Amino acid sequence: MIADGVEDEEKWLAAGIAGLQQNAFFMHRALDSNNLRDALKYSAQMLSELRTSKLSPHKYYELYMRAFDELRKLEIFFKEEARRGCSIIDLYELVQHAGNILPRLYLLCTVGSVYIKSKEAPAKDVLKDLVEMCRGIQHPVRGLFLRSYLSQVSRDKLPDIGSEYEGDADTVMDAVEFVLQNFTEMNKLWVRMQHQGPAREKEKREKERSELRDLVGKNLHVLSQVEGVDLDMYKDTVLPRVLEQVVNCKDDIAQYYLMDCIIQVFPDEYHLQTLEILLGACPQLQPSVDVKTVLSQLMERLSNYAASSLEVLPEFLQVEAFSKLNNAIGKVIEAQVDMPTVGAVTLYSSLLTFTLHVHPDRLDYADQVLGACVKKIASKGKLEDSRATKQIVALLSAPLEKYNDIVTALKLSNYPRVMQYLDNETNKVMATVIIQSIMKNNTQISADDNVEALFELIKGLIKDLDGAANDKVDDDDFKEEQNSVARLIQMLYNEDPEEMFKIICTVRKHILSGGPKRLPYTVPPLVFSSLKLIRRLQGQDENPFGEEASTTPKKIFQLLNQTIEALSNVPAPELALQLYLQCAEAANDCDLEPVAYEFFTQAYILYEEEISDSKAQVTALHLIIGTLQRMHVFGVENRDTLTHKATGYSAKLLKKPDQCRAVYACSHLFWVDDQDNVKDGERVLLCLKRALRIANAAQQMSNAARGSTGSVTLFVEILNKYLYFFEKGNPQISVAAILSLIELITTEMQNDSSTPDPAADAFFAGTLRYIEFQKQKGGTMGEKYEPIKV
Amino acid sequence: MVLVLALGDLHIPHRAADLPAKFKSMLVPGKIQHIICTGNLSIKEVHDYLRILCPDLHITRGEYDEEIRYPETKTLTIGQFKLGVCHGHQVIPWGDLDSLTMLQRQLDVDILVTGHTHQFTAYKHEGGVVINPGSATGAYSSITYDVNPSFVLMDIDGLRVVVYVYELIDGDVKVDKIDFKKTAATTHSAH
Repeated sequence: MIADGVEDEEKWLAAGIAGLQQNAFFMHRALDSNNLRDALKYSAQMLSELRTSKLSPHKYYELYMRAFDELRKLEIFFKEEARRGCSIIDLYELVQHAGNILPRLYLLCTVGSVYIKSKEAPAKDVLKDLVEMCRGIQHPVRGLFLRSYLSQVSRDKLPDIGSEYEGDADTVMDAVEFVLQNFTEMNKLWVRMQHQGPAREKEKREKERSELRDLVGKNLHVLSQVEGVDLDMYKDTVLPRVLEQVVNCKDDIAQYYLMDCIIQVFPDEYHLQTLEILLGACPQLQPSVDVKTVLSQLMERLSNYAASSLEVLPEFLQVEAFSKLNNAIGKVIEAQVDMPTVGAVTLYSSLLTFTLHVHPDRLDYADQVLGACVKKIASKGKLEDSRATKQIVALLSAPLEKYNDIVTALKLSNYPRVMQYLDNETNKVMATVIIQSIMKNNTQISADDNVEALFELIKGLIKDLDGAANDKVDDDDFKEEQNSVARLIQMLYNEDPEEMFKIICTVRKHILSGGPKRLPYTVPPLVFSSLKLIRRLQGQDENPFGEEASTTPKKIFQLLNQTIEALSNVPAPELALQLYLQCAEAANDCDLEPVAYEFFTQAYILYEEEISDSKAQVTALHLIIGTLQRMHVFGVENRDTLTHKATGYSAKLLKKPDQCRAVYACSHLFWVDDQDNVKDGERVLLCLKRALRIANAAQQMSNAARGSTGSVTLFVEILNKYLYFFEKGNPQISVAAILSLIELITTEMQNDSSTPDPAADAFFAGTLRYIEFQKQKGGTMGEKYEPIKV
Repeated sequence: MVLVLALGDLHIPHRAADLPAKFKSMLVPGKIQHIICTGNLSIKEVHDYLRILCPDLHITRGEYDEEIRYPETKTLTIGQFKLGVCHGHQVIPWGDLDSLTMLQRQLDVDILVTGHTHQFTAYKHEGGVVINPGSATGAYSSITYDVNPSFVLMDIDGLRVVVYVYELIDGDVKVDKIDFKKTAATTHSAH
């Protein structure tokens, strides 16, 4: 059926075009031979094709455009006729003899256009006559196209200000009157379309109507182009008349389209000055009209207008735009009880954007909008509608984008209240947006109150919200979220140590509620933030009075100890160990021996009890030895205990090479360049000898297991350590020992069963070359090296 | 001419939020042929950022790196130069030049790049150059006080390498350069 309908329509259109072309052909011939009578006859016949009712608007438009082109030629002919002396008034009469009304009116409009141009009659009389005559066509489609034709041919002939058609009798008022009348009639035709035909074709009709809407809207566009329509005329005549038609037509499609059209075609400053009138029409529209979109569009335009120039802002204040819009929105939301949350939030979002642009200094306005929004969504509980939550994210992002400063947004008391209604997922998205805004703008947050408020806002990332425990979170997403929190902690800073300490305590309180999954991400940045504070306090004299109140390194160290301890529940022993060692070194710098010792003890306990992976042990031990080597705060006893332990751990590593390296690294614990009391040459030698024994054992093991001795690398490494301490003046390192080590390596390398190892060979060659270099340097170093003959 | 970016110890997000904006605007994709990173990035996002700057990326493992598959040491050859990379926490005493040159002999490299101390250093000696690019974010360090963000660009051309160090001091980027020429004497025996 439908397919047939379409096919039929094609046929009808083809037939219409054929008829039109045939008559146009004869019309051309008549025009060529200046035969006015035939020209009128064939043009009327040609225009009769437009009388069809069988075509959809879309197809009708095609036919109309062809007729339109032909009419342009006829118009030129009429112009020439008039030039040749033919009376235009006669011509205007003559065309009215056409038998059918539709062709007659098309011809009349065509001649009318020439008539106005000839200025033989006032433009307003001709226009008035034409717009009245067109009432003769009441078929919606035919009428709309006819009036559209009238609008088209008269556009450039309106008695506008400054136009050649303006005269004593013709004023811009007449032009406006003409367009308004044509608009009104066209809208009526357009609305009437809705009520023609069977109810079951409603959808089809709506589609057809929407295809025709621009014909109606075009009139508003024409009005907006009329020079003489100044603000006063717009306010007193144009807008009230247009709105009257909009309201009275009681058609939701027309109302929505025309309201939007008004907002789009007329200038922003006009809207601003007529806000009350425009907004006043909103509650009078049909309940089914999408007012929120209309209002949103209006606010968007006004926001852009406000953003365009600072000079226009006083206008906004003068007309109290915010309160007018706020009222209008309130009324619309109140009136439309069934409006979905997304609609209301969209409205508030637009209003918020508006007020942020227009009244950036009025935070209370922004807060008021958020408050109204809270009120509206409070009744619904947590939002489930994804479109609504998307709108809320837009709403909450607007202040961040405007102020580029979270501290300002934190002043909005209703901000966290809105966030409360987000589902957990969206809450996290919003928290991420907030953090990103802080990062992007490099905002330093320096007041403890703000930190507290901020962590309240982003709590979706800080801890498991109610009911979120079962939410499946992608591992990578989780990591990214927690890393963003870690980054955020870097942005919290205050010059004043007291306030900074408060901030640290606040952050600590929040992150410790995050559970074992989050702690490995959030504890390290807090620890380093605290260590930075300690470094600032370091060297400052402790306050002799009221120590209770002032922030001291000791106090922070206590806090750090407890904070890192929380990692043991995760468990994250390697990370905790690293952090303890960092604290130990900081305590060392603060000359707090017992504190440093305590941190080392904690690190050792973790090493002994929690770190079992052999590779992790190696790294941990490097860090322990490396840190311990740098400590100068320890007295002999504590130092002995710790070094003794460290050496013990070294000798117990799983792999022999690791053992060997850790043990020779320990030699540095007994000989520290810048500490005169740590120069125990004997124990250095003991370490190196022990390392040698382990290297030997490694060789033998390799021999037993693989039938070939392993690499000599370890021996070369130890040789280098011998040279190191030799240079440092350790009396226990003798030339003889070095020479015998070189010999041992040379022998090993020549051993038939040894595995060839080019890297070790190069290492050894490099070491020998180094010895040569040192010799050639001369001076004390050269002398020292002299006896080492290679 | 080959440009090699050397950097490390960013400690993002443990100790710094991001690279300084001034560095980020200087470091653009397509200019650098190789990146050497001594480690402690510490997270994948930083790895991805470096990869965008230059896909030829050589990273060694710092003690805070999330990625545990980075090697402890790495060597690579660029033009006439052999380079070695290591984070440096394994070399005790930390930052000790004599101990680092021992590692340099062990890796048999002309240029050794290490980190860990957050202190920019470049040291020329008869066996080559030892470079520490410092911390690219100026991260807190227990070893170095008042760390300035810094990184190193090496321009390797034939037997010559020019080491440019970029340091952010009070908001301004200061550039310094060190020249090093490799001579036949420092050329390593073929093996």
